[in-house]
Amino acid sequence: MLGKVNFKNKDFLIQNVLKSESEILEKEVKEKLGIIQRKNIDKPIITISINSTSIISGAHNLNKSINDYLIDRDIEADIVSVGSLGLCSIEPVISVQIPGKTQLFYKNVLPENIISILDGTFNNFIQEENVLGQLTDDILDPWEKVPFFNELAYFKNQQRLVLKNCGFINPESIEEYIAAGGYKSYYNVINKNTPEEVCDLIEASKLRGRGGQGYLTGKKWKIAYETPSAQKYLICNAGESDPGAFMERILIESDPHKVIEGIAISAYAIGVQKAFIYIETEYTLAIERIKNAIEQAKGFGLLGHDIMKSGYNLDIVIKRGAGAYVCGEETALISSLEGKRGKPHSKPPYPATNGLYNQPTIVNNVETLVNVPIIIEKGVDWYKSIGTEESKGTKVFSISGKVEYTCLVEVEMGTKLRDVIFRVAGGIKNEKRFKAVHIGGPSGGCLTEKHLDTLIDYESVMLTGISLGSASMVVLDEDNCIIDLVKYFMNFMQHESCGLCIPCREGTRRMYEILKSISKRPKDENGHTTLQRFKGVMQLESLAEILKDTSMCGLGKKASNPVLSTLKWFREEYEDHIFERKCDAGVCQELKTFEINIDACTGCTLCAKKCPTGAIFGTVKSKHFIVQDKCIGCGICFETCKFSAIVSK
Amino acid sequence: MLIEIDVNNKKIQAKKGETILETLNRNGIKVPTLCRMEGFSPTGACRMCVVEVEGKSALIPSCSHPVEESMKIRTHSPRVIQSRKMLVELLLSNHPDDCLYCASNGKCELQDLAVELNVCERRISGEKIKAKLDQSSPGIVKDSAKCILCGRCVRVCEEVMDVSTFDFYKRGNKTAITTSMNKDLNFSNCINCGQCIQVCPTGALFEKTNFDIVLQMLNNKDTTVVAQYSPSISVSLADELGLRQGKDVNGILNAVLKRIGFAKVFATAFAADLAICEQSAELADRIANDENLPMISSCCPGWIKHMEQSHPDMIDLVSTTKSPQQIMGALVKSYFAQKEKITPEKIFSVSIMPCTAKKFEAQREEMTHKGISDIDAVLTTRELLKLIKLFGVDVHSIDEEMPDNPFNTRSSVGKMVAVSGGVAESIVRTLNYKLTGKELSDLKITKLRGFKDLREYFIKIRKQQIGFTVVNGLKSANKLISEIRDGKSDIHFVEIMACPGGCVNGGGQPTCNDVKVLKNRSKQIYDIDDKEAIRVAHKNSKVISLYDEYLGEALSEKCIKQLHTNYTKREVLL
Amino acid sequence: MPNLEEILEKYPFVQRDNLISILQDVQSEFGFLSEEAVVKVGKYLDLPTSKIYGVATFYHHFRFKTKGKYHIRVCNGSSCHVNLNSQIIREIEKRTEVKNEEVTKDGLFSLEETTCMATCGEGPVMAVNEEYFTNLTIKKVAEIIDSFKRLEE
Repeated sequence: MLGKVNFKNKDFLIQNVLKSESEILEKEVKEKLGIIQRKNIDKPIITISINSTSIISGAHNLNKSINDYLIDRDIEADIVSVGSLGLCSIEPVISVQIPGKTQLFYKNVLPENIISILDGTFNNFIQEENVLGQLTDDILDPWEKVPFFNELAYFKNQQRLVLKNCGFINPESIEEYIAAGGYKSYYNVINKNTPEEVCDLIEASKLRGRGGQGYLTGKKWKIAYETPSAQKYLICNAGESDPGAFMERILIESDPHKVIEGIAISAYAIGVQKAFIYIETEYTLAIERIKNAIEQAKGFGLLGHDIMKSGYNLDIVIKRGAGAYVCGEETALISSLEGKRGKPHSKPPYPATNGLYNQPTIVNNVETLVNVPIIIEKGVDWYKSIGTEESKGTKVFSISGKVEYTCLVEVEMGTKLRDVIFRVAGGIKNEKRFKAVHIGGPSGGCLTEKHLDTLIDYESVMLTGISLGSASMVVLDEDNCIIDLVKYFMNFMQHESCGLCIPCREGTRRMYEILKSISKRPKDENGHTTLQRFKGVMQLESLAEILKDTSMCGLGKKASNPVLSTLKWFREEYEDHIFERKCDAGVCQELKTFEINIDACTGCTLCAKKCPTGAIFGTVKSKHFIVQDKCIGCGICFETCKFSAIVSK
Repeated sequence: MLIEIDVNNKKIQAKKGETILETLNRNGIKVPTLCRMEGFSPTGACRMCVVEVEGKSALIPSCSHPVEESMKIRTHSPRVIQSRKMLVELLLSNHPDDCLYCASNGKCELQDLAVELNVCERRISGEKIKAKLDQSSPGIVKDSAKCILCGRCVRVCEEVMDVSTFDFYKRGNKTAITTSMNKDLNFSNCINCGQCIQVCPTGALFEKTNFDIVLQMLNNKDTTVVAQYSPSISVSLADELGLRQGKDVNGILNAVLKRIGFAKVFATAFAADLAICEQSAELADRIANDENLPMISSCCPGWIKHMEQSHPDMIDLVSTTKSPQQIMGALVKSYFAQKEKITPEKIFSVSIMPCTAKKFEAQREEMTHKGISDIDAVLTTRELLKLIKLFGVDVHSIDEEMPDNPFNTRSSVGKMVAVSGGVAESIVRTLNYKLTGKELSDLKITKLRGFKDLREYFIKIRKQQIGFTVVNGLKSANKLISEIRDGKSDIHFVEIMACPGGCVNGGGQPTCNDVKVLKNRSKQIYDIDDKEAIRVAHKNSKVISLYDEYLGEALSEKCIKQLHTNYTKREVLL
Repeated sequence: MPNLEEILEKYPFVQRDNLISILQDVQSEFGFLSEEAVVKVGKYLDLPTSKIYGVATFYHHFRFKTKGKYHIRVCNGSSCHVNLNSQIIREIEKRTEVKNEEVTKDGLFSLEETTCMATCGEGPVMAVNEEYFTNLTIKKVAEIIDSFKRLEE
């Protein structure tokens, strides 16, 4: 199914698309392009979204079911695999395209739905519960009573530049990518522009690094460009190890050629002849597709020696990361590429002058690089018209947690947080109340309901005391406990700190221990009395300060963000945990208290036998009771009781 | 190029390219550090050296940040002091609370910093680290619970010793220092040199002590407790005992050891003379037969273990002569025992060494005779100091004494072996005499002295060019060994000492990270050689009489049996 | 029988920067990093084994023991966490008597907590070998694990 596309249209695409100078295409060319773009079709085409989400949801089985269906009914049709639309909650997604009709998308497709869906489509009797929508087209006939994509709230409120091709083109076909306008910017740049001009363009566009700090990309490139050195390197950082982020993964899986094009243009601008893609080894499908994309680009002469006779040489090498969050930090990433422990270095020297193998090195993340061909294609002025004064362009987020749609979102910089959560992602699941949104993963922070009108751009978000970070959003509802979430991130951090500098290694560990002690009843042998617990919270603030002030790298400096932001906005919840020893959301298990409802107790003694601390007293056939001072809140009695006589509070 | 910076509202001159810390130190401003080591590139791990720089939002580590034109620095602002204090408190929060019982009590950098920063209350308490105490090695004990992960041992072991026994393990809250595959130290490639102990700021690494058994034996009336002390320790003790720095305290040492209760006190220097005679004879033989050349020295036990595990193909090249410690050990339990009519079982032989690897050497199987060890206990210089304190000996009021018979003479080379290059120089002198029957006109061979990693000296003896090489530290040793493997053939003798500078800088010496003090120790040794009358091993009168009445001539059957040993390949993870 | 030398031959340039790639290849071939493999890689790259061990233990993908017959990967991403996956993990630990990064004595189960599996919409998620299970509840987990246990009876 994932068979490699052969290059039957190679010469055509190079001559008539890449090398073509004129804006208007000849009719013949247009027609042939239409075929490659799957617009002019003479038989039905079925697309299946194959990406890491849909595979887990069972998309791999769909291919066989569809094939069986077509063979049984003797229907001639093509099956094409595509990436992801970004709507992860509704995978697997398939689309059916019948000659003359618009492309029609179905969601939540399981093998058992295939017959009814395809029967319906081929007989103009549409299976409503699985329908997602249809594409708009000037020429083709639309389906009746099926919403158009641009009417769906999810698409309507986005501005898709980076994600434009995702879910539509075949990520394993360079031909489809070129037919969709790809590699044209790259071809033009290496033939018509000097590297310096490209640096200038990007600097003028005010593109900022999407990795977190928001440093001006063009400015950084120029430092490396101007540092004299025989060898310079570009590293595309696709090692997204934020435990809740998946945008780079899905982006690479859905449109790998765009990533390659971004790398290629940037490499040219900086004067790099060898670029690396650092990608998590767990991202097997993404690696497979990017590898394939590199091979295809080489086959088209877009990578390698003397590219398109421009005299420019470029090699792109994939390096698989072995699992370490800290390698998202550029100096740690460089250590890792050199085959060492992923330990960061003190800056200066900065990688742009002294990085990989002590040569000038630029580290950019995937989204930043993908913005580059867009800027080149559409022009700086157009690009600058999008976004806010200081934050230009769009921003991609992954949204998960308690939202209706777990999805990828791309919105213009300056969009309101509320629009993203409630419009694009469909609001809170199961009609629950919105509580908070955690932005930026373990280095990010929590925002509350009153921040929903915050604009999403570097400056506005920074004003709330957090940074965009990895731009993953995890939405919490009333059933979630803030302390529990912060504890989770601190635990993540104490494992992921590289362990080198004292504030980060010891500070995260202490902060985790403090959070653990306040989400626990104060009755273990360490004697966590209320005073100590309160002192712990006082310490949290000074620990957070020391981390910010003295840590070596960004990981440590930002490790306290979740704590600081929640202390600011959810102080009451902390106090509830410390003084009242209660967790309103009921998440902190160890804060729970148990009592026996004497009316229901039969005196079977089972709970007393099972209690690990001997906190339950009572004789056979008499009512039992729990001595609270001995109870550690493990809940075993609750699980054991056959008469529901144990009540938990 | 000089630039001007502002430190604590005072203008000072800085050299462009140097770090803030270097500038501060040159100008007499002290900033605490934990992970820094002189002569090593900074890692910036401990963050103790942070300073406040105007215009920067976070604090800046002064050890790794270069000075910049017109920087405004505050080294002791409230914010800086508070941060440093907090860092120490963080380290203490899960540190074992047993300073009083700690091997480093009183010499601990963490303890000192806590005092310096006025830590007097436990504000932060953390879960203690549960770590296994690794006592498996005969030389070094590792207590990971006290480790603050500064990484100094890792760097010394890799960058100075080229052994790389240690590295960091895992990350985050699980970070630790371990050996390869997390093996116990005695199954690792550790050569017991003890350089890691020298740099450890806390009590995470210390020597395996033989203190108690020595005390017990000193009180055992049936046992004759005999002590020998290494030629190198007399120059490193003065400072610690409150005497003039670098003063040679041989005479005092003899008296002190007697006062403590050792029945006999011998200087290992005597055995060193004997070792030089044996090695010179061995070398003369090898040169005559043109086999197993170059001959490589064998007195450093660290090097010997390293050779057995990393260069087993060199075994035939290494001199079979035992180290001075083991020669003395063998003589004490044979010649001395016979002479004094004591059965060897009733002798408890203690050696006092600047070295933790000597503890390992003493328990090698080859170093026993009929099941009795030649050496029963090895104390490091540091342990000796404790012993002196324990017995309350006042070194200022004690009269100097001589070592005991029958080993109470030495030549100056007996001391010189304590310095890197000393063995080679001594052998040149004795070999020349052996081959020509004449002494060298100038005994001082400057080319073999100094602190360079590799020193070479060529001499023509009876028309033959003979080459001597001195290697300082294992890093250069490894380089030379691969050259020999590749066919380097112009040299005939190689002296290898594992520790840079030789035994004066051994891993058992009082902890000292000041290069000047170390150099002074070497100078002291060479001063002895310059001043004394008997400057060649073969003129040591008691050595001559020992050969005459007991051993026969050098390399006799008896010599081979008692003064020589053999080596075997070791399988460890390299 | 897979051959370590063949893996090494794929890296003709003896450079330290190949270390992680080599270890990854070794692990995907043998399932884990054995002492023997560490020694051989060390010899090949002329690196002390302690340094290789140091690098390998830094990254959490490397393991020094074989996986269990049923290797359970459970997503511990932030979205799964807010969907209460800690209860799921506790249940797995209880049922299989194995903790994160460990293998049961009988070699049946091993557990690995992973970061996001990109199926946040259907969390909590876990995988047993290559088979995925989504929208987990405590009851569902119990049934899944018991079904694997039954296969062994």
